Amino acid sequence: MLTDTKKHFGSITKILHWLIALVIFSLFGVGLWMVELTYYSPYYKTVPDLHRSIGVVVGICMFLRLVWRLFNQTPEPVKGLPKWQTHIAHIVHLLLYLLVFLICFSGYLISTADGRSVSVFGLIDIPATITSIDNQEDIAGLLHFYFAVAIIGLAVLHATAALKHHFINKNETLKRMLPFSKEP
Amino acid sequence: MKLKSMLASVALAGALASTSAIADDYVIDTKGAHAFIQFRIQHLGYSWLYGRFNTFDGEFSYDEKAPENASINVNIDTTSVDTNHAERDKHVKSADFFDVSKYPTASFKSSNYKPNGDGTGTLTGDFNFHGVTKSIDIAVSEVGAGPDPWGNERRGFEGTTKISLTEFGIKNVLGPKSEDVEITLSVEGIKK
Repeated sequence: MLTDTKKHFGSITKILHWLIALVIFSLFGVGLWMVELTYYSPYYKTVPDLHRSIGVVVGICMFLRLVWRLFNQTPEPVKGLPKWQTHIAHIVHLLLYLLVFLICFSGYLISTADGRSVSVFGLIDIPATITSIDNQEDIAGLLHFYFAVAIIGLAVLHATAALKHHFINKNETLKRMLPFSKEP
Repeated sequence: MKLKSMLASVALAGALASTSAIADDYVIDTKGAHAFIQFRIQHLGYSWLYGRFNTFDGEFSYDEKAPENASINVNIDTTSVDTNHAERDKHVKSADFFDVSKYPTASFKSSNYKPNGDGTGTLTGDFNFHGVTKSIDIAVSEVGAGPDPWGNERRGFEGTTKISLTEFGIKNVLGPKSEDVEITLSVEGIKK
C-alpha cells in the first residue's frame, strides 16, 4: 500500500525514511572526511561539490516528505506503551525533521555567504539570499557541524529505541517501518 | 563678494600656516574607508590571488620637517580577511592557515623610518601575526598631503612588504610558489 493509515506506514513513507536515513549518514561521514582533505587532494573540490548537491536534494526530499506526512494519516502509537515513551518519540521525530532542515539551511549559508550561488550537480544554481552576517561562513559552519552531531546522536537514540521495542517489548514498532514486513 | 572670498582665502591660508607645524598625529581614515590592507599570493604558480582585510585601525605620526621621526601603529582584525570567496575565506581563517580563533588580531608597530629624500623610504617595525612577532621592512612611498573640502588635513602613504608563511608559523601546503605573501598597506590619515 502506497499511503499511510492509522495502523500502517505506506511504501512511500518507508522508502523515504530509509533512503534519507542512509544518505544522511553518508553525508555525515563524507562531511567529516572532506574537511580534512589537503589542498592538493584530487577530491578537494569534487567531494564538497557532491556533498553540497546531495545535501540540497535531501533538503528537497525532506520537504516532500513533510508534505506527504501532512496529507496522510499518521499511524497511531503501538498500544500498551507508557505515555512518556510516545511523548519522547514525538519530540525526537520532530527534532529530526527540524534539524535536517536546519542543517541544509546552514550548509547553504556557508557556501552563499559571499553572494555566490550553490550549484546542484552543475544543473541548477540556487542563489544566495542572506549574505551580510559577519563571518557568516564560520558561524554557519559551526552550526552545521553541531546540527550534524545532534542528528546522528538523535538517530542513534531513535534506532536504539526501535530495537528495544523490537527485541525487548516484542511489539511491531520497528516492523511497521520495515519494507516487506508481514503486518496484520 | 570678492572681498568676502579674499578674506576667506586669507583666513584659510592663515589656518593652514598655523596648523601644519604643530600636531602631526594622524588617525587612519577607516571610517571613510580611505585605507586598504591587501595581499597577494600565488595560486598553484599559475596566477595571483588577491585578498584584503576589511577591518583594521591605526594611527601614524609624520612631520614634514623631520620625516625620520615618522611612526605608525596598525591593528588588524584577522577575522575580516576577504578573498571574495566564502568557502576559501572559511578555510583561510581556520587552523590550516590564519587560525583566527587563536589569533584574532595582527599588528604592525614601527620602530624606525629611513626616508630617501625623494618621497620614499624604508619603514622598519615589528609585525605580529599568527602568534609570531618578527621585524619586517616596508618600502614606503608618500602619495600626498593637504586639506580636504570638509575642514580636515589629510596625508597618504603606500607601503609594500613581503613575508614568508613558514616564518610566521603557517605550514605552506599551497605549493613552492606560494611561500611568500606580498602585503600592501595603502593608508590615508586625518590629522588629529
